[in-house]
Amino acid sequence: MKNEYDVIVVGAGPAGSMAARFAAEQGVSVLMLEKDRDVGYPVRCGEAISKAGVEEFISSDDKWIAAKISKFSFNAPDGTEVILDFGEAGYVLERRIFDYELARTAANQGAEIITRAYVNGLMFDNGNVSGVKYEFQGEQKEVKAKVVIAADGVESRVGRWAGLETHIDFRDMESAVQITAANIPVDQKTLYFYFGKDVAPNGYFWIFPKGQNNANIGLGVSGIIGKKKSAQSFLNDFMNKNYPNAPVLTTVAGGVPCAITLQKISAPGILVVGDAARQVNPLSGGGIASGMIGGSIAGRIAAESVKMKKPDHILTYDKAWADRLGKRHEIFNRIKEGIYNFSDEKFNNIAHSINKVPYGKRTLGRVFTAALFNQPSLLIDVAKVFV
Amino acid sequence: MYRLAKTGKLMIDILPDKCDFCGCCVGVCPEDAIELKEAEIFIIDPRCTNCAKCVWSCPIEVIKFNREGVLAK
Repeated sequence: MKNEYDVIVVGAGPAGSMAARFAAEQGVSVLMLEKDRDVGYPVRCGEAISKAGVEEFISSDDKWIAAKISKFSFNAPDGTEVILDFGEAGYVLERRIFDYELARTAANQGAEIITRAYVNGLMFDNGNVSGVKYEFQGEQKEVKAKVVIAADGVESRVGRWAGLETHIDFRDMESAVQITAANIPVDQKTLYFYFGKDVAPNGYFWIFPKGQNNANIGLGVSGIIGKKKSAQSFLNDFMNKNYPNAPVLTTVAGGVPCAITLQKISAPGILVVGDAARQVNPLSGGGIASGMIGGSIAGRIAAESVKMKKPDHILTYDKAWADRLGKRHEIFNRIKEGIYNFSDEKFNNIAHSINKVPYGKRTLGRVFTAALFNQPSLLIDVAKVFV
Repeated sequence: MYRLAKTGKLMIDILPDKCDFCGCCVGVCPEDAIELKEAEIFIIDPRCTNCAKCVWSCPIEVIKFNREGVLAK
């Protein structure tokens, strides 16, 4: 452990680990600090991801794949089920192992990692971020860095201390609760989504299989809904109705920031990545793949800046992210805002329209076209991202 | 003795024994008024404006809006 590193990463989730790895692989010194005792635990995540999203960064490995997904099942409020078949589309992960492996890829490139290191402040030099303050084994410590990468998750306080506007509107925060339950007899290759005001208004309810009839079951609701009824209360209602005696293996709460990326994700001496930067896909709520992409870009740019001795170079990160995914997320966000307030009747009608498209011809583009034929403004956005 | 927020009596009460330390409340807090460690959470009283966004964003109802004010222990 040194007194100074080229790059310090705060938080060892997928975004942090990719930032650490992509910085370290360019030969700069990297330290990653994790506040919890374990990398990868607790898992505050539905754990579904596309195969392509994973394989950009790590080869698929059965030890962290809980289920291989080929179908989506969308369930309308009146019980109409729409099934889409995508072939070998994705996985439900075992994230406590997956995150661990991602951190190991950073370590393999030379990154140092410390757990139970709670970052509680930043150091500044002439207004530029120049390191972090943290608590470790009861002692307050400081360590200097040329670049700090904030991967501190949904809380996103580190960027805030550098003057970035990181707090998220409570309407855009999908507050979620999830259990992992046993004896849930659902198809182990299908992700199930449920819509409607009774199960998850302004959001969705999910059942994601985890192999051997285990499943992640949960939902997220916006703070607007949470004012009246909490995610926990919706989950209790669903379980009492559908799986009243299912053994619960894990219970976890978590927040999914479903918004466009922060206005600014860099400032002198600091970059923000992953959930902290609000790099989640705002339509699906998926944030593992996009967080890894954000982290990898930030790690690469941070290392380049150190090697070129050009501190200002890190400010190119905003544009690099926008070009890779940020602009796309703005389209997803417009779609989300369009469908966010659909009534139960509308969801039912959409399900009926889609079911008229023959099963073998249901591409995402055709499905959305059938679903939104009377929402032309949304269709343009849908065409941009799906067709 | 009531605890004092930025805007007078503190009316936001976190029940740490029931908290899952997930961070939703921290993410929506416009004042950076919540401290969250691995398994420890508390309000930084002089920053809190009683806006209640944390209350609405808590998925498991462990943050309460207490109109009476929160008593100091």
